[in-house]
Amino acid sequence: MKRERDELTVPPDGGAGDQQPKWRQDFPIDWPQDHYISRRDFTKFMVLTSLAFAVGQFWIAVQNFLRERRGELPLQKIADVDQVTVGTPVSFAYPDAHDSCLLLRTGDQTFTAFSQKCTHLSCAVVPQPDKGCFFCPCHEGAFDLTTGAPIAGPPRRPLPRIKLEVRSGAIYASGVELRTI
Amino acid sequence: MPVPEQNEFFIDPNRCIGCQACVQACSECETHKGYSMIHLDYVDRAHSVQTAPVVCMHCDSPTCAEVCPADAIKKTGDGVVQTARKPRCIACNNCVLACPFGVPKMKTDFKLMMKCDMCYDRTSEGLKPMCATVCPSQALFFGTREQIELLRPRSTAVNEFRFGEQTITTKVNMMLPRAGKAEYVDVTAAMNEGGSGKTMSLNIIDAMYEEPES
Repeated sequence: MKRERDELTVPPDGGAGDQQPKWRQDFPIDWPQDHYISRRDFTKFMVLTSLAFAVGQFWIAVQNFLRERRGELPLQKIADVDQVTVGTPVSFAYPDAHDSCLLLRTGDQTFTAFSQKCTHLSCAVVPQPDKGCFFCPCHEGAFDLTTGAPIAGPPRRPLPRIKLEVRSGAIYASGVELRTI
Repeated sequence: MPVPEQNEFFIDPNRCIGCQACVQACSECETHKGYSMIHLDYVDRAHSVQTAPVVCMHCDSPTCAEVCPADAIKKTGDGVVQTARKPRCIACNNCVLACPFGVPKMKTDFKLMMKCDMCYDRTSEGLKPMCATVCPSQALFFGTREQIELLRPRSTAVNEFRFGEQTITTKVNMMLPRAGKAEYVDVTAAMNEGGSGKTMSLNIIDAMYEEPES
């Protein structure tokens, strides 16, 4: 006896399909029924997914707005010029106490500073001046020591650069430059 | 592609010679290498060498799927009950305990119930299942109903089984002696019979060999 594909499996009580409990329709034994997606379910999925994307866009806009409202970061003294020597990084925290950064002296009067947070998964990078890079031990990522650009491993974005100002023999941090390239 | 509708599976335990060819062939399959999905059962190990091959009967109302709490056992559109879906199976053993034929087996290594799926990769392409291909005595036969009627004129195919209150109709057929005119296999009746020690006599078979009242 051939039955329709939709009602292939006979329920244990042998009753008709519309007399069966609701869970039988929700968890059908037959593969074709299990794979079947109704137009209503598909539409519901599409609408909710689109809604989620739209809300996400608004959320990003709100975040941007709030970030701009926050204004400029405060000026913070890192160290005196005399205290920093070429090849010896100085550790400091900016703008918050938990955002550790590294200050490097690259020449007589030139300084660079980068956030220590790896752009891949936020591990702390280790400066390796002899190899000319910041090394991230978590996934063997590496960043250039002078520009902060990613040169090896999984990171794709450069390290955030800390804006520096030299005033009357002392180095100050004045802002954070988030970069994508 | 579904299994061609004219092809059916016929089991004839009478013809089984216990050569294990089906078990070897089954366990060579790449999808479950080293594990046989067909079981060769001894009917009464203490007194007889008679064996019977057990493949999945692919019930119309699969008890294994009915008891599955994880919605893991599915039946394809052509009536073939598949191995538990790996992402869903929770290795709870319900199907193993529930199946009246004792077909599903729990592979604890994979935490997955695995069972005979009538070599779905082969049968859906129009080939025979591996066990039916290698069986030298054709106790396992896969073909059309016309073929089996021509080859086994003294047997008849039955696909209804009674386990006490439960009646099960299956996609796979069991060959029974035509003389018995049995419409179904009463499994519980055969199970209740005590072993005589010397002779193998199952109620069901005796009933079949009785002369028809004419």
